[in-house]
Amino acid sequence: MNITRREALLIGAGGAVMLALPSIAQAKGLTEEAIASFTGGAPIAEGGVDLNTPEIAENGNTVPVEVSAEGATAILLLADGNPTPGVATFHFGPLAGSSSASTRIRLSKTQNVVAIAKMADGSFAKATREVKVTIGGCGG
Amino acid sequence: MAKIKPRVKVPSKAEAGEVITIKTLISHPMESGQRKDKSGNPIPRKIINKFVASFNGQEVISADLAPAVSSNPYFQFEAKVPEAGEFLFQWTDDDGSVYEAKKKIKIG
Repeated sequence: MNITRREALLIGAGGAVMLALPSIAQAKGLTEEAIASFTGGAPIAEGGVDLNTPEIAENGNTVPVEVSAEGATAILLLADGNPTPGVATFHFGPLAGSSSASTRIRLSKTQNVVAIAKMADGSFAKATREVKVTIGGCGG
Repeated sequence: MAKIKPRVKVPSKAEAGEVITIKTLISHPMESGQRKDKSGNPIPRKIINKFVASFNGQEVISADLAPAVSSNPYFQFEAKVPEAGEFLFQWTDDDGSVYEAKKKIKIG
């Protein structure tokens, strides 16, 4: 069987896509699973959540993140490109001064940080920010 | 291993009903379980998996944490102070130990 140069390139490209797909699909699937288990499959509105992250994080080991959502009883933070997407879930009690919190998180590479707020009336809202990471925070 | 030491910043006084900002930090490695040691063996996960702040027994904020929270986990949040009393902060480790910090606050 003769394989032309063109065919060889196609096969190579196909192989690369096949290799790349499962890992991307897996991380996205995990993020969606985490969202679904938080919301119970309820629809999520855009807006109503303030998520502050740096646009570029030089050091992925400690990325400052600030999230607030007026009237939220809980906020779920996710990083969709980490080996496991979960970051933290904040629950606001009766003495919370506001539904806001800041912390520092690890990001393994450039990716989206997602915040999902559960409102007092049971609805959900979401905000997404992309953070470019220069040095990943999951090495060893 | 470095000693695990919580640090909390709470104002010493507040007006009744005032909303104050609280900052907390605990020195802890937050070993993610993803890293490997020199001979290639995975280093077991050891993180703070829960943080709770309460005032006179009423909850202010609680957080469930994953390994993606940075080492020496830091939190900043706001709390309402209805009366004089004491804040209690608790961090729960994967190994079951609970680290605590307390801060009193006066009204005036």
